[in-house]
Parts: sequence; structure tokens; C-alpha cells
Amino acid sequence: MSALLAPSGWVHLDWVLLVVVVWLLIGAAGALALRRLRLVATLLFPLSALCSLVLLLVAFDAASSVPEVAVLPIGLPQLPFHLRLDGLSAFFLLLIGGVSAGVSAFAAGYFRKGEGTPPGLICLEYHVFLASIAMVVMADDAYVFMVVWETMALSSFFLVMANHRIPDIRRAAYLYILIAHIGALGILLCFGVLQANTGDYTFANMRAQQLSPFWASVAFVLALFGFGAKAGILPLHVWLPEAHPAAPSPFSALMSAVMLKIALYGLLRVSFDLLQTRIWWWGVLLMAIGLASALFGVVFSTVQVEMKRLLAYSSIENVGLMCAGFGLALLFSAYGMTGPAALALTAALYHVLSHGFFKSLLFCSTGAVLHATGERSLGKLGGLIRYTPWVAWSTLVGVLACAGLPPLGGFVAEWLLLQSFLFTTGLPSSFLNMLVPVVAALIALVAALSGYTMVKYFGVIFLGQPREEKLAQAHDAGFWERTGMLWLVAGCVVLGLMPNQIIALIRPVTLLLVSGAMPQAGSGAGWLLVPVDAQRASYAPAIFLLGVLASCALAYLLVRRLYHGRTRRAPPWDCGFALQTPRMQDSAEGFGQPIRQIFEPMFRMTRELPSPFDAEPSYRVTVEDPMWYTLYLPLAAFVERLSRLVGRLQQGRIAVYLLYSFLTLIVVLLVVKQ
Amino acid sequence: MSLLGLFSQLMAIVAALLLAPLLSGWVNQWRARLQNKSAPGLLQPYRVLRKLFHKESVLAEQASTLFRLVPYVSFGCMVLACAIVPTLSTDLPLSPAADAMALVGLFALARVFVSLAAMDVGTAFGGLGARRDMLVGFLAEPALLMVLFCASMISKSTSLTTIVETLAHRELAIYPSLLVAGVAFTMVSLAENARVPVDNPETHLELTMIHEALILEYSGRHLALLEWAASLKLFAYSCIGLALFFPWGVAEADAPLALIMALPVLVIKLAIGGVLLALVETLSAKMRIFRVPEFLATAFLLAVIGLLVNILLGVG
Repeated sequence: MSALLAPSGWVHLDWVLLVVVVWLLIGAAGALALRRLRLVATLLFPLSALCSLVLLLVAFDAASSVPEVAVLPIGLPQLPFHLRLDGLSAFFLLLIGGVSAGVSAFAAGYFRKGEGTPPGLICLEYHVFLASIAMVVMADDAYVFMVVWETMALSSFFLVMANHRIPDIRRAAYLYILIAHIGALGILLCFGVLQANTGDYTFANMRAQQLSPFWASVAFVLALFGFGAKAGILPLHVWLPEAHPAAPSPFSALMSAVMLKIALYGLLRVSFDLLQTRIWWWGVLLMAIGLASALFGVVFSTVQVEMKRLLAYSSIENVGLMCAGFGLALLFSAYGMTGPAALALTAALYHVLSHGFFKSLLFCSTGAVLHATGERSLGKLGGLIRYTPWVAWSTLVGVLACAGLPPLGGFVAEWLLLQSFLFTTGLPSSFLNMLVPVVAALIALVAALSGYTMVKYFGVIFLGQPREEKLAQAHDAGFWERTGMLWLVAGCVVLGLMPNQIIALIRPVTLLLVSGAMPQAGSGAGWLLVPVDAQRASYAPAIFLLGVLASCALAYLLVRRLYHGRTRRAPPWDCGFALQTPRMQDSAEGFGQPIRQIFEPMFRMTRELPSPFDAEPSYRVTVEDPMWYTLYLPLAAFVERLSRLVGRLQQGRIAVYLLYSFLTLIVVLLVVKQ
Repeated sequence: MSLLGLFSQLMAIVAALLLAPLLSGWVNQWRARLQNKSAPGLLQPYRVLRKLFHKESVLAEQASTLFRLVPYVSFGCMVLACAIVPTLSTDLPLSPAADAMALVGLFALARVFVSLAAMDVGTAFGGLGARRDMLVGFLAEPALLMVLFCASMISKSTSLTTIVETLAHRELAIYPSLLVAGVAFTMVSLAENARVPVDNPETHLELTMIHEALILEYSGRHLALLEWAASLKLFAYSCIGLALFFPWGVAEADAPLALIMALPVLVIKLAIGGVLLALVETLSAKMRIFRVPEFLATAFLLAVIGLLVNILLGVG
């Protein structure tokens, strides 16, 4: 810590701590200036974005340097904070810095007067949240980990509650904090297993323990449960589609793009770093749960009619895909196939980054749309590309990335993931070999379905004719909102076009976790992404984009030169139907109808059909999550019954309680005597 | 990158641009003949293109920039697709830039843009077409990917040129997996190219159309580009089929003579394929749109079975 006094000798860790401290100070400043929106918006949030940039640079530099450790003399007397910054932490700090820079800039223009929680308080909660996630990835003992983990949960709870006057939002926040805490219990127990009765909760000690396969499996399953609850994988996903729409948009963006990944960070840290043994069925379990979440998430997101809910389900899908990648890496690693394991891990981590950027961009776009129109239901939007071109065109980039289309970031991740699946024929078990085509097919299906969802999302909001008259008054995003979104757009594009440079950042992580790495790009082929060797597969997004652009430009020039550019505007043709109203467009429900029909068994659907005699016929269809009814409500009913049984003990009379203590005393005496 | 490679790349693109409308014309002609109609001339698609390019473009009043951009994007995607599929030669400088998966992604990119353009004007049929096209796409794309994976498993590569080279040099034996994949591929290409059991390229029947509903609002040069892109897509799909299942006759690196021979071979192969396509279209009836998911799910499952067969028999 003496380094803190001498800035010339600062290591990366000190810089990260500085950013954390400045974030906390900004938060405190916000708390002092509770209702001064101008100050918060024009000074504090941009300053915070600047801090994020610093963090991004530091993490960028720290990615390939040696691990750094520090012991902070805060906390309980015998339990100082152990911190460690290694490749894995640096990678996630990169994500935090990169995404929060854009989101903070967006947030500077987002908050308005008189909406729920005062801006200063939001500023405080927001920065405590940012500081705690940065600390989570640097925690090097279970104690500090749990402290900052819970700080993260609580600060995010308050942010979800920002509009606390609406009962639904209170309900969503309650559900969120409930599941977060059940998950935290799992994590706590997992650390308990990992320290193996030594009483030393530092991660260094946990790494040194050689657990038996049984206890290692217990620790893994507990970690999967605990971190899975936070990441929103099946069946612990129910809070996600409730909490994301409830929170203010910049915060939904951070939650989806960063917080879910922090949960995955925890899972990675435990299963690849702290646990020394790896068993093949862990990988299969993780892959199965991941794929189930991915399919579930994407199918549900296609039928949503509320824009943030749609994105929330899409986040479940993407986290599922990442889990499938981690599972595959675990499987390969359990059989000692380091090369393929590194490839699968790289794919999943790439997806972590690119999902971070495109999903935060999309959530920011919902915020901008909400501000421009005051609507969040897809059925009341439409045609915004004409009124809010900035928002629309930047959202288009996010939409293409989210749909997994080349040449953007989402495609690179899916491409690498599918490439790693082609290696599974090398696995020694024939059962696992058979599993692979099914898994690869599911991933391809999920990717294609996410394209469907994204066309629906963009098409219904931004294209077509405005479904409500007031939409014509929609105004475009302001300066800070634009800046934030453009930063995230740039992130999506860079992730799409420069895969080799990004993979170079992931290399230290894969070396650390599975002690293997993807081959480094040759000096001449900096633009060519080659996972194994050029004969096997290669992909060059920049050349790809150039090819498409060149053909487009050539076609444009030739057509204009050889022929003419005459254009006339006229009413739309539409097969000659003269009486068109915006209501005749495909609605959000209508666009999801084929999916509803195909995947009907997955939904719990209620339909109200009009009868021919209705004066005002109406049609209503609601799609609900069946898991809520088959798992959660029975579970809640069971817990309630149990607590009622326990409640019978509470008679409220002093004599009964005395009797209890007497009985306890007798039992204790009996036990002691033996 | 050799000079010959550059030449064969250019030749592949030019051949695709010129041959694609011809292929559509050939299929239309044979279909008319098989249905006892008098057939249009072989060059009819070129005449249509010429006519459309000369006409002015009528845009809907509310159409946005995206709407005007999409024909070019769609056309550009299809040109690139034809450039990376080994049609004449496997010595393609552009080929390392995009492998089989990127090719599927390229088709998806074009599809998403065209669907978005269809929703842009905000008419009833546009949205309908977009929805249906995405419905076809979300099942057809993974099926196509699985078909390509079958071939990748055999050649241990997802690079299209390596696949073709490996498949062309193997002994003449029937791979059971490729047989199953071939059926799946045929079904997928019928759906993707808006052919008869799934869609009818000839009608403007409001309730059943898919492809025509998408491009309903386009006219003039925009429509010409989209029609050209559609025929390029048919050409690209036919060439993928030929490359996977009949890869012989494609020139390789350092074989200038084979490159000269490759063109007539390709034309003959395409001509036979075109007649077969017309035959399939004549013999089958158009399905209801609700049956299309079943049709495509069958194709998808067949492709997955192909992969499983591949692993079971250990041919890979």
C-alpha cells in the first residue's frame, strides 16, 4: 500500500482502486446534491464516464501483465480485504469499464425531473453499484467477496426500486432481492465447502485444497445454484423479466450487460480457478442448463409485447449460450483437451464482451424511445426511424449484433462456439459424441430465432407507420444520450471487425483457466481469424464487410451511371387496397404468432376470442411463464404451509415457552451425558 | 494471392452475375413446358431486368432511407455469397474471408434487411411477408448449417474450398450421411428460394405469398436489384448443392486448363439441376403456410440425423 503514496510506482491495482474511490466520491457528491438535476447530469455522470474510460485503459493494460495482490487494512480486525488482479479480473474490468463508459454518458442525459427517486440518490446508488462490481472481480477472499457481492445486490435493489410508487415495481424488486439472497446462500455454502475445514477463507488457500470428487461436486453445484440465480439461468430466471423492465433504462443496461456477467465471473472463478478437479458431468450439466435457458429465453422473447421484457428474455438466452460455451470448455478440460477447451472458453468470453455492448446499447435505446414517446408497449410504437433517426440507426447496429449477424460481434462469438463444437468428435466417450450434433443444432436454432426476435423488435418500434398519433411529436435523443449510444455502437463494431485483437486480450484468461490458448494470428494475417489452422476454418470480418460494401457501392454507381436516379413518391401500393390505417400493420402479438403456434407446449397461454355477436369485439392473448405456476407457486405454497406448522410452536403463552426451554435442557443434558 | 486466383475470383463473380438470371429463365421455361404451357424465352429474365432498370422508382410516401438502401445491401450480400461459393475454381482469394458458417450468416443478413424493408412502409402485406419470411428463415438457416456441418465433419474443415477439394478427391462411395443431408438440403433450398411447396414465385395471391409480399412496395431499379439478388441466391444455392454433392469438375489452384473446362461443366450441371427443380415444382403442390414449419422441421431433423449418422459410422 505504500505504492499509494508514490504515484510513480503505481500498479494497475492502485489505479482500479482509485477509480473505485472516485466513483464512491461521485456517489457521495450526488447524495449531497439530492435534487440538483443539472449538477448530477452535466457534471457527475460525465465524470463517472471518464472514470470508466480510465478503468478501461487500466484493464486493457493489466490483461497481459502478471497478477497483482494487495491487502487493504479495512474490514474486521482479523479479516483484512485481500485483493488480486489477474487476467480473469482484468477481462471483466474491461467489460465493466467499456460498458459503463457508454451507459454513464447515456445516463447523463437520461434522468428527468420529478421521476420517482431524486437524481442525487440515484447517482449514489448507481456509483455504489459500479464500485461494488469492480471490487467483486478483484476480491481474493470469501469475506470481501460476500461483502461486495451483497453491496452489489442491495444497491441494485434500490436502483430497481427507483420508481417505487408503482406497486408492480415494488413487487419486481422484492422478487429480485429474494432470489438474489437465496443465491447468496448458495455462494456462502460453496465457499464453506471450498475452504475444507481449514478456517482460512482466502482464495489462495482454497486453490491449495485437494477436495474429494464428491465435495468438489457439491461445491460446483452450489456455485452453479448461487451464481446461476444471479445470472438468470433456468429455473432461477423469473426475477429477470420482472426487474429489467422495472429499473430505469441505463440501469437495466448495466444489470443485463454487466451484472449478469459478474455472476458468470463467479462461476468461472470457482469452477475453473478455485476447484482443482474437473469432472466431465459438470460440463454436461452446465451445457444442458445453458441450452435450456437459451432456447427458453429466445422463444419467450419472440412473443413478448413489452420492449424491455423482450430484451430481458433475450438476456436469458445469451447467458444460456455463454453457459453452454463454459460447459463445453469444462468438458474438454476434464478430458485434458486444452486446445478445444481454450477455443470454447474464448468463444464464451467473446460473447460476454459483445453481449455487454449490444445489450446495453439496446437497453439504452429503449430508454431513448421511452423518453421520446412515453410508451413501452410495442403495440403503441412504430415509425420512429423518421422522428428519431439517431436512436434508430444506432439501434440497428445493436439489433444486427444481437441477431448474431456478420460482420458484428455477436456473430464472431457464435462462429467460434460452433467451431469448437466440431472438435467434440475427439472426445473419448461415444455418448458425448452423440450429444454434440444435437447441441450444435440447438445453438444454431437459437441464433436463428434471435434474428426473428430482433427483426420484430426493430421493425415494430422503428419501422412502419406510427401506431399512435402522438408519436409524430417524438424527439430525438439529446447530446449525452447520443454520445453514450455511439460509444456502445463503436464497441459493437470494433468487436465485430477486430476479432484477433480482442482474442489477444482473452488469451491470458484461457491460459490461466484451462492452460491453453488459441493460436496467435500470424503477422501477415492480422485480419484473418483462424481458430486452429487456415485449412480448417477462417473468417475475416473486415474483408467480409469490405466485400459487401464494395458490391453495394459498385451496384449503386453502375445503376446510377448506366440508367438514371429518377424517383417518385406515391401512396403505398399494398396490392391496391386504398383504405390503409396504421392499425392494419402487423402488431407485436401478430409478429410472434407463428412462434406461439410452433412452441405452444412451452407456454401457458390464455386466449379470449370474440364471439360473432359482440358489439365491440376484442381479442386478447396472454402468454405466461409456465415455470411460475409449476415450480414457484407450489414452492411458495409449500414454504407457507411449513411456516404455518412452525408457527404452531408459537403459542404466545409464557408457560409454553418455559416448557420448551425445559425440554431443550433435558435433551441437551441427555446428549452431553452420552 | 496469385494472379490466376484473382482471375478465377473475378470470373466466378462475372459468371454468377450473368448466369444467375439465365438459370431462373431456364427453370421457368422448363416448368412451363412440363405444365403444357407455352414457354417464355430463355432470355426473359434479362428483358425484365432491362425494363425495370429503365423505369423510374416509385417510393411509398413514408418510406425511409433504410427502404432505399436495402436493395443494394441484398444485392451486395448475394454477390459476395456467389463469390465465396466455389463455382468454377477452388482457388478463390476471397474464400478465407468467409467459411460455410459465414455464408449462412450472409444469407441471414440479407434476409433480415429485406424483412426490415418490408416492414418499413407499414402496410398490412409487408409485415405479413416479413413475419413469414423470418419464419421460413429461422428453421431453414439452422438446417442449412447442419447440412454444411455434415460435409465439414467429413472434410474436417468449414472452409468451403477445402470441403470441395476433399469431397472431389475421395473415392466414389456413397456417404449415408451426405445422402440424408442431401434430402435436407433440397428441402431447405426449395424453402429459401421461395419455390413451390413453400411459396410460388409466380403468384401475387395475397394470402399465400411470402417472397412477393416482401418486395411488394418496390419498383423500378430497386425491384430489378432485388429480383437479380433472388436469382443470384438461387444460383448460389444450386452451386452449394453441386459443390457438396457433385463436386467434380471444379478447377483447383495452378490448373489454368481446368478453369477453362470448369465453365461448360458448371453450365451442364446447372442445366440438369434446373430441369430437376422444375420437375419437383411441377410435381408438388403448394402447402398451406401452417404446414411450412413441419416441412422445415423435417429438413432440420434430417440434417441432424445426417450428422448423427456421420458420427455413428465414424466416417469423419
